[in-house]
Amino acid sequence: MEITVMHQIMEWNEDVSAAVKATLDAHKTCLINVMGSPGAGKTTLLTALIATLRPRYRIGVIEGDIAGQIDAEKIADLGIPVVQLDTDGACHIEAESVRHMLPHFDLENLDILFVENIGNLVCPAEFNIGESFRIAVLSVPEGDDKVQKYPLMFSTCDGLVLNKYDMLPYFDFEDTRVEADALGVNPSVAVFRVSARGGAGVAELAAWVAAKTDAALAAATPAQKAENTPTKEEPPCA
Amino acid sequence: MHEMAITESLLRITLAEAAKAGATRVTALHIKMGAYADIVPTILREYFAIAARGTAAEGARVEIGRIPVTMRCRTCGWQGPVDKLHIRCGGCAGTDLQLLTGREFYLESLEAE
Ligand SMILES: Nc1nc2c(ncn2[C@@H]2O[C@H](COP(=O)(O)OP(=O)(O)OP(=O)(O)O)[C@@H](O)[C@H]2O)c(=O)[nH]1
Ligand SMILES: [Mg+2]
Ligand SMILES: [Zn+2]
Repeated sequence: MEITVMHQIMEWNEDVSAAVKATLDAHKTCLINVMGSPGAGKTTLLTALIATLRPRYRIGVIEGDIAGQIDAEKIADLGIPVVQLDTDGACHIEAESVRHMLPHFDLENLDILFVENIGNLVCPAEFNIGESFRIAVLSVPEGDDKVQKYPLMFSTCDGLVLNKYDMLPYFDFEDTRVEADALGVNPSVAVFRVSARGGAGVAELAAWVAAKTDAALAAATPAQKAENTPTKEEPPCA
Repeated sequence: MHEMAITESLLRITLAEAAKAGATRVTALHIKMGAYADIVPTILREYFAIAARGTAAEGARVEIGRIPVTMRCRTCGWQGPVDKLHIRCGGCAGTDLQLLTGREFYLESLEAE
């Protein structure tokens, strides 16, 4: 016999992602999913962004390292609430893991919840985790062919940070090519040239993050929470 | 290897749907996958073969049908296939496009006994 099914295979994650988003909306907290390769500078970038954004926003961080507490300790040193997520060797964070972490935060007193995803350019892109928007971090030493090789991550992000921009003189990294490739897969992506360590470009990025956050928080009305459908699928370009 | 988590979900859905229909053996799965899905079919098949051992879906074929990326232009109304690496309207060359297909990933049907 033939059985018609029509069942979303990612549903288990999509449903939980929608539930996480609804919980965060109800508390007026904006989750930002930060993705990129191992060593691209995600933690350094978060540290720089936190320094710029903390006068205006109450910030928390979920650290998704595969093993070890190093990144979580760096964030905790800033006096920012941080929880280390135990991913047990996984290549990505799932919405369920984020849901388990939410009770560790005082969401009433949190405006932004950054999630530093697992260092990986492929797998995390498939999993929504209740985010309002996504930032992909690509660093100059990784090479300028990464958008072509891993289009999904770059087609689903809202902001692309070309980090370690101070290293540009030392690498064959054509930043205009990367920008053109990124706009090719994602015409509405915002591209930033940043040196997370030195601080160049951080202010511009922080202003964009603030504007995106304000828009997300303004849209997160309790009424919208009730309507939240569990089947939302973000198009690659809006 | 996110294919493992996805395989587990696929097997759960398959077995539940087969049981619901009163089937005792699943011989084939028909999956639809959009061009955006970063899932490797051969890995999915291998994992499924392992995960399904000892279940009603043991030995089932996993068939994967691809769905191309298509979009609709908000500027001129054109709609059609788009190269996901070079997103552009086929009518006016604009970039304000809405995704129609390409992000699908679902179990369409089962062949069962
Ligand atoms: N030159 C330079 N180095 C940087 C910059 N940003 C980060 N780094 C360095 O790059 C290395 C990795 O930075 P992290 O912030 O730990 O990178 P990450 O993406 O969090 O790494 P994982 O969490 O291990 O995946 C560190 O030695 C940083 O000091 C930058 O803008 N310029
Ligand atoms: Mg880190
Ligand atoms: Zn058009």
